[in-house]
Amino acid sequence: MASIETAAPAADAPPVAATQPPPAPAAGTAWTRKDLLDTDVLSAAEIALVLETAEAMAEVRERPVGRVAALRGTTVVTLFYEHSTRTRASFELAAKALGADVVNLAASASSVEKGESLVDTVRTLEAIGADVLALRHPASGAAALAARHTAASVVNGGDGAHAHPTQALLDLYTMRRHLGDLAGRKVAIVGDVLHSRVARSNLWALRAAGAHVALCGPATLLPRTFAAPRALAEDTGAGACEVTSDLAGALADADAVMALRIQRERQGQGPAPSLRDYVRQYQITEERLARARPHAIVMHPGPMNEGVEIAPEVAHGPRSVVEEQVAGGVAVRMAALYLLATARRR
Amino acid sequence: MSPVELQRGEELARTIRRLAHEIIESHGGARGLYLIGLLTRGAPLAERLAAAIEAFEGERPPVGTLDTGLHRDDLAQRAPPPSVRPSTIPRGLEGATVVLVDDVLYTGRTIRAALDAIMDFGRPARVRLAVLVDRGHRELPIRPDFVGRNIPTAPAQTVEVRLAETDGEDAVYLLEGAERHGEH
Repeated sequence: MASIETAAPAADAPPVAATQPPPAPAAGTAWTRKDLLDTDVLSAAEIALVLETAEAMAEVRERPVGRVAALRGTTVVTLFYEHSTRTRASFELAAKALGADVVNLAASASSVEKGESLVDTVRTLEAIGADVLALRHPASGAAALAARHTAASVVNGGDGAHAHPTQALLDLYTMRRHLGDLAGRKVAIVGDVLHSRVARSNLWALRAAGAHVALCGPATLLPRTFAAPRALAEDTGAGACEVTSDLAGALADADAVMALRIQRERQGQGPAPSLRDYVRQYQITEERLARARPHAIVMHPGPMNEGVEIAPEVAHGPRSVVEEQVAGGVAVRMAALYLLATARRR
Repeated sequence: MSPVELQRGEELARTIRRLAHEIIESHGGARGLYLIGLLTRGAPLAERLAAAIEAFEGERPPVGTLDTGLHRDDLAQRAPPPSVRPSTIPRGLEGATVVLVDDVLYTGRTIRAALDAIMDFGRPARVRLAVLVDRGHRELPIRPDFVGRNIPTAPAQTVEVRLAETDGEDAVYLLEGAERHGEH
């Protein structure tokens, strides 16, 4: 319908910021999952449904009254066992913008410090009326464990080095706004891939969307388990994936470049290269970005170490969409909460 | 049972032109009008009404679209819509005469949700309601200002409006039983 397409402010936007609505999901696609634990199980149609719903949520946020009452009577609990600024805050904002009741729990302030197990905590929260749990935990698999032991819906807000599905979905949302359909696009993910749940969840989602993914970093920061991706791609017909230590090759003709945080706490403890070596070989700089496509966008899941994995002039330069990612995170989390909560009512 | 065709083609086009005339007469022209089509089929209807108003008055009222999914009060009772779409309401509702446009008026709950949503966008001077078909069975104190056709129905029946823009044909059907699209 023409009236929907005119919603995109195309005329006043420079080429890099051109906004394109995502293609509509296959007719009749409905959300039926109890939990959102990772992107690896999502079909292309389900991912499209989340992104389309997020477009509607972004529109709600732009209204003079930036909230609706769709989830009135729904209780959302954020349960975070790790520090977080943007993820926890955006889950809270998303829940409030939908009219849900929100309870925020940090591990240090709860009975977790008295030794209550994750499963006990989750059961307690269900008993007091939690409908949706947004959970972050340092252990891989924590969200899946929690989901098995509660009737509440669990949305994984990051578990160890395993998965961070809402981050990947907001990354796809941001990419689609700039690049349109992601089929055939090339996305370079550069940095500490080994420890990155963001890289993993992005890989699954991007391949489902038909994008080509290059995972790049020093050999010591690349997971060995991703060594045979070519066979994976051939199996499913989805986008291909390459794992490489050659930054120039990874950046060549990339449509989007995602820098990952170098986890300083892990440096100097073994196989990782020194920070100085990393900066010299892998920092995303203007000069190195010349190999990417002219319209390429630069992304970072945050928090950034400016001057380490990304040069300050790139982080704040015209290609950077880092702040858009954060803003899009609220819309995408609204979509995730809405789909999970309404699926519970079917 | 096979669907009964109530209206199609040029007949439906005439109904839309009459509705446009009634809106102009009631408002005293086109200036200050603001048409808002309720997704899905209210949107092309609003576009057609705007085109007709422009043909008669030489001035085209602005047209917006509204998805009421996020404003419904019965999400707990019925299956929520499979997807929510962005509404497109350019600024400037303040002081306007808003005409909500929908295909079928039934319980009135969609309109209640639309009124709720409209108030989030601004404060229009007045809000009117135009529908192609009023099939009765209201559950709320809502009545249309402009009606294409009154079709008394049984609750078990369904009125289905199909439009060229969304369904490939212009027609109104009366169906027995199972809910189809066009149900509100």
